[in-house]
Amino acid sequence: MRDVAVIGIGCTEFGEHWSTSFRDLFVKAGALALEDAGLSGEKIDALYVGNMSAGRFVEQEHIGALIADYAGLASNNTPSTRVEAACASGGLAFRQAVIAVASGMEDVVVAAGVEKMTDVGTGASVDMLASAADREWEGFAGATFPGLYAMIANDYMHRYPLTREQLAEVAVKNHENGAKNPIAQFRNRITVDTVLNSSLVADPLRLFDCSPITDGAAAVVVVPLERAREFTDSPVRVLASAQASDTIALHDRRDISTLDASVAAGKRAFALSGLSQKDIDLVEVHDCFTIAEICAIEDLGFCKKGEAGKLTADGVTALGGQIPVNTSGGLKACGHPVGATGIKQICEVVTQLRGDAGARQVDAEIGMTHNVGGTGATVVVHILGV
Amino acid sequence: MSVSRFWRKIPQRYNLVGTQCTTCGRYFFPPRSLCPDCRRSGNIVDHQFTGEGTVVTYTVIRSASDQFDHTTPYVLAIVKLDEGPRLTTQVACLPEEAKIGMRVKSVFRRVTADGESGTIHYGTKFVPVE
Repeated sequence: MRDVAVIGIGCTEFGEHWSTSFRDLFVKAGALALEDAGLSGEKIDALYVGNMSAGRFVEQEHIGALIADYAGLASNNTPSTRVEAACASGGLAFRQAVIAVASGMEDVVVAAGVEKMTDVGTGASVDMLASAADREWEGFAGATFPGLYAMIANDYMHRYPLTREQLAEVAVKNHENGAKNPIAQFRNRITVDTVLNSSLVADPLRLFDCSPITDGAAAVVVVPLERAREFTDSPVRVLASAQASDTIALHDRRDISTLDASVAAGKRAFALSGLSQKDIDLVEVHDCFTIAEICAIEDLGFCKKGEAGKLTADGVTALGGQIPVNTSGGLKACGHPVGATGIKQICEVVTQLRGDAGARQVDAEIGMTHNVGGTGATVVVHILGV
Repeated sequence: MSVSRFWRKIPQRYNLVGTQCTTCGRYFFPPRSLCPDCRRSGNIVDHQFTGEGTVVTYTVIRSASDQFDHTTPYVLAIVKLDEGPRLTTQVACLPEEAKIGMRVKSVFRRVTADGESGTIHYGTKFVPVE
């Protein structure tokens, strides 16, 4: 197995891109990543594209070929593969690219993620996102995605000392970070009252507990570490790539408010890298809902079960805190174009490790990403370092 | 949901018919055709559940997909059947009546429909036990 490095990153602004199409979003992110890597397209050996549901959002399948075509790579016949694991599609596309390079099969590989969600109405979007859970036995009963996470929140709050205000602090912190991120969908600061006064979506979760519906794309270039200096003076090493699965339905989990796949993927990533929680300088976790960030911090082992609410309220996970979480603004404030989120997390950690994060810069040499599909049926964890 | 996809599981959806692995005794609802513990050495048979259980966790859905939007707010819950398995279901009660630990029993109800002229999908919901 070869060591792998990230040599280029690119990300569109996240938001409602009314005038930009699915394919143009990808082309923009891809071009930014190649420019950052100082590469031209014909050098690319393979593409892996994370996308959850273009078939339903924009009625387009066969995304791998489409992307390669509009990226100008059809004449090179560059192999291009779509990767799908609901909201973890991006993280999984990155992992496939890492595996391709580590194995020696490919040298210069692009991992990308793209989602165009605003071409359908909110009701249709809610229905599509619910297909990340079990359509036959959760969706059929009327389960929405916020509804499933709301049931995690109620289970959690019934068993552990988490207050409604502490939960709101997650969103407040992520908006604070998003306000400092030029690509974030929401760059406005909010207060605990903003969250508590927003409308109920699924009790106890309110509108400001939920990540938004977003258009966006992100891309990164990975190469063997031994070749990284050909392209850049600031390569970022992939120290671990780990993935885990769990039951598709929330009701079949061993424990409703522990994502066992997060626990497993986190443990594997720490074992692969020989690192522990105290070595991690920042984490991008999958905060599709505020409760998801609380669970992620605990499931990855940064604190004990039941402690993450207090940790958040005490500022431990803020920019200046002991373990900054979601410096990008997270899914909540940066936005959540489902297939692109996992790649954006990689982009954020690389930006931080290079020292290019501007107003949201933290002191960091090692960062972690945590990307969740569904309510925890797929989890992908990466550790990156300089 | 397409007619064939719904029709295929009518006994399960209408009458709470799940499965049991007779090798290890474990019950499954939603039904499984492979026991995750015994795998190929398992033996799966149909099982009629009693329909009594307890609410493990719940929420009140205020904003739903287009198909369910006209029925909001509704109580959605994970119910643990007395035989062991857990399922996701609606509890036909007022939002303020829902509680973790509440005893419930299954009832046959209309769940949703494919538009105004499409197939009506019936199934199992739960109601509080007095």
